[in-house]
Amino acid sequence: MFNYLTTFPGNGQHMINEDGVLKLARLARLKIDKAASIAAAAKLNSILGYVEQLMKVNVEGVEPMSHVHGSTNVYRADEVRPSPNPDAMLQNVPDSSGRFVRVPIIVE
Amino acid sequence: MEYETVIGLEVHVQLATHSKIFCGSSAAFGAEPNENVDPLTFGLPGSLPVLNWSVVEFAIMLGLAMNCEIRKFNRFARKHYFYPDLPKGYQISQFEEPICERGSLRVPIEDAVRTIGIKRIHMEEDAGKNIHDSRTQSSLVDLNRAGVPLLEVVSEPDIRSPAEAGAYMRTVRQLVRWLGISDGNMEEGSLRCDANISLRPSGSLKFGTRTEIKNLNSFKFVEQALEYEIARQMSLLKSGKEVIQQTLTFDSATGATSPLRSKEESSDYRYFPDPDLPPLVIEERSIHEIQEKMPKLPEAWYKELVEVYGLSAYDAAVLTAERSFVEYFREVFEISSNAKLACNWVTSELFGLLKKAGLEIHKSPIKPRDLGTLVKLIDSEAISGKMGKLVFEEMFASGEAPQTIIDRKGLKQITGEDQIVAIIKQAFEKNPGQLAEYVGGNDRLHPFFVGQVMKLSSGTANPKRVNDLITREINKLRGAA
Amino acid sequence: MSDITLLTASEMVSQMRAGQLSCKELCQAFLNKLEKQKGLNSFLTIAPEKVLARAEEAQAKIKAGSKEALLGIPVAVKDMILTKDLKTTCASKILENFIPPYTATCVNNLESRGAVVLGKTNMDEFAMGSSNENSAFGSVKNPWNPECVPGGSSGGSAVAVAARLAPLALGTDTGGSVRQPASFCGIAGMKPTYGRVSRYGVVAFASSLDQVGGFATNVRDLALLMSAVSGHDPMDSTSVKVDVPDFSALLGQDIKGLRLGMPKEYFIEGLSSEVKACIEAALKQLEKLGAKLVEVSLPNTELAVATYYILAPAEASSNLARYDGIRYGHRAKGTHELEELYEVSRSEGFGEEVKRRIMIGTYVLSSGYFDAYYLRAQKVRTLIANDFRTAFAKHCDLIVCPTAPTTAFKIGEKSSDPLAMYLNDIFTIPVNLAGLPGMSIPCGFDQKGLPVGLQLIGKPWDEAGLLKTAYAYESETDWHKRLPKIH
Repeated sequence: MFNYLTTFPGNGQHMINEDGVLKLARLARLKIDKAASIAAAAKLNSILGYVEQLMKVNVEGVEPMSHVHGSTNVYRADEVRPSPNPDAMLQNVPDSSGRFVRVPIIVE
Repeated sequence: MEYETVIGLEVHVQLATHSKIFCGSSAAFGAEPNENVDPLTFGLPGSLPVLNWSVVEFAIMLGLAMNCEIRKFNRFARKHYFYPDLPKGYQISQFEEPICERGSLRVPIEDAVRTIGIKRIHMEEDAGKNIHDSRTQSSLVDLNRAGVPLLEVVSEPDIRSPAEAGAYMRTVRQLVRWLGISDGNMEEGSLRCDANISLRPSGSLKFGTRTEIKNLNSFKFVEQALEYEIARQMSLLKSGKEVIQQTLTFDSATGATSPLRSKEESSDYRYFPDPDLPPLVIEERSIHEIQEKMPKLPEAWYKELVEVYGLSAYDAAVLTAERSFVEYFREVFEISSNAKLACNWVTSELFGLLKKAGLEIHKSPIKPRDLGTLVKLIDSEAISGKMGKLVFEEMFASGEAPQTIIDRKGLKQITGEDQIVAIIKQAFEKNPGQLAEYVGGNDRLHPFFVGQVMKLSSGTANPKRVNDLITREINKLRGAA
Repeated sequence: MSDITLLTASEMVSQMRAGQLSCKELCQAFLNKLEKQKGLNSFLTIAPEKVLARAEEAQAKIKAGSKEALLGIPVAVKDMILTKDLKTTCASKILENFIPPYTATCVNNLESRGAVVLGKTNMDEFAMGSSNENSAFGSVKNPWNPECVPGGSSGGSAVAVAARLAPLALGTDTGGSVRQPASFCGIAGMKPTYGRVSRYGVVAFASSLDQVGGFATNVRDLALLMSAVSGHDPMDSTSVKVDVPDFSALLGQDIKGLRLGMPKEYFIEGLSSEVKACIEAALKQLEKLGAKLVEVSLPNTELAVATYYILAPAEASSNLARYDGIRYGHRAKGTHELEELYEVSRSEGFGEEVKRRIMIGTYVLSSGYFDAYYLRAQKVRTLIANDFRTAFAKHCDLIVCPTAPTTAFKIGEKSSDPLAMYLNDIFTIPVNLAGLPGMSIPCGFDQKGLPVGLQLIGKPWDEAGLLKTAYAYESETDWHKRLPKIH
């Protein structure tokens, strides 16, 4: 019988190498150095190896569940309800200039 | 080799809702920086989106006006990228399930009409604005615009020239203003356009490599940028080089396009259905209700103006430029019953004064019913055209009804035969020398007597009647002699 | 003089109403105890002045005869839930100094019913963890054995209640983060039906799975708390417009004839024999009370953890994109380039586990992998939800099973193997995937003296049924009356 408490080996179909880890980190705006990427790849691969068991499941004709309970059409009327204190949004800004949020210049 | 130009446009229409697409912050333009913000706009932790129904209505309206199929089962998707004007790190948009699909737009160009396919229209939220300050090496972020609703209208690659692209844009603008879903104000960025362009050998069915010109915010720039890009691609192809697929920006100062700094991973937006927003199911009943609320569209109006009202194509085009024009005209016509005359007074006299005064038609000091009355008075010759113009100017200045002005100034036209003949006789008596000459056969004196009669009547005599009656009286005198 | 911190919330309410106890006295007693029990590291932020000021307001209301359900009751709130002007960190460096400008709806609901927010509790960073070792501000100790974890991610809230540092606490539960720590700490904890409690103002981890839950020392108090926080909120599009019954109403009714389903897939190898023994004893007890035990099958159970570890990281990678150091939160010092600012701020701000899940989530959503991972996982989610639907439609009224396969493990024991840690949530995760209500109540102790939890899983919106059953069991047992050694 299958034991939940052991890790699932997986067949390595979707393994990530260090390079992949670096690309992924870049996409997620995380900084990771070469050395750390090796360790990270190993841990990610053990997880991805585990989730690969889903590949064997027959899901033909099954609707994906993107929302719970099947509720639909939740909306509001077009009315302005200003925040009671928009300035409070600005209280946590790490760097600002007047009412603007400041960041290093964006090069386009 | 001859080349054919293939253009597809993505037009972003900012909707004229009161509040943002997913929160109650004001969507108005021109507030202090970061004033129209709340937890969602600011991307604060714990904030959640709630859909503004007007956005859905507006999307369906535009979809119906563009002959699109309306999707029944809709979901919003998150589109991920990092940018300082995107507070949540993702834009809520629609991805594989746009609300409107497979439509078309008929675009008048010169004397013909081209049908441009509409691939899709989807709802999404706008981003904020970054202002770049090279002096301090910083960019300043204002999130007032973040979350303002947009419809993205994507055309099929059916456009064949910059002029057509411009005409298409103008038609889209006319339509969104007509429907009242956007102010179409290009200076304020309510209408922005990305253009995809490629060239292919004439007759070829395969598309060439395309480039995308981002963020064109005037009709002129759309046409200029496309002209430039066609020339650029053409010279590449003619010299045997290849067009590189890339994203470009257009510099209106130099009139040239240049590549945007490419972001290597920019295309991986990692779309997935937004779990915070339950699906939206559009029922036939809702579509029907929205259809009922829609005004008659410009093309239908155009046809009616030409075929039923008997106006010229030119006049019909002028009147259907804006819904407010045709609605104004319609009211003038209802009172006056003379379409051609009503049209003239609206499009030349009224538009002239409005333009001089810098006023929009809905701010016109002359109400359409009053103009209708004036046109009717002129048409029935109760006053002369010349008088009418004086009254019209007075109406524009004071906002008074035409009858009030006519009564006060005693401007009512004299049309009665007896009255006019009496004045003619007065003029004959006052000018015996000229009369004798005229009776004696010098017809060149006719206008002199017309002038005299008009003068004696302070301009209120009907000039046509005066004209006819002078001739009759002179003939009588000639016969007697 | 008896220790007032050991009273149940219901007793506190009646004593305060009777004038035998003042709210200030009560709050002060908890503040004192918190000071003494700092070593458990269960709280991150306490603002004693605010607590005492609120206590005074409450006292005045009590005097005036006000009868709000929770009037004067101190409540601990997980640091995942926003409290205006009171620091909310999610136990993350990236929000270390974040002062929310607004309060979560669930806390507003509590406060409008008279509750006094005692402080903000420690947790796994952004609720990602099952042991509370992933807090940027140190792990939390289990009061039954300080060498053991309290469970997670709402470990601080569970410990607060278990150690009687607060009579009630709020947590959040995405894959078991209320029920598993309740089990490890020997208290009652409930995750209601998805959509029952507003998520507005609750920091999002995995939006389609997150739900606010509560902890109490006993079932009656838990019913009181859950009634107070629940209800539709127009600010949360996923909060559902269903009536909130008085969850206490059915307490004390018998459970004769109630069909309790025992999913055979939950009683398998890997389930600790001591936990199994406790659960079996509890089931016998329920049978004695008139319930009927039926074996049911939830055949897709073995896929739940894998499904969860695709869906939850995917949603998390999206939800955590907003922590970019620009508008609030940690911004790296000395970065002169925007891309560097993003990367350094996020890398400095997030802990290892959070980064790992962002990476997994980014991977499974990225182009070329979306269908293979994310879409497929959503389909398997449907299968898992259908398992429950079938069981409830055909075989049983409630499902009973262990909350966790083991009792509390040692701090450090699993922290180097993320997967082993994830598998600890095997019995709780399916409930979140299906959006069902679930709860855990103490049902025994292992030989090391660590508590065991019994999990009850219900049909959508049947919180009252769960509470009724739990109450019937609790009334016949005294596991919930045992106190950890610190007393």
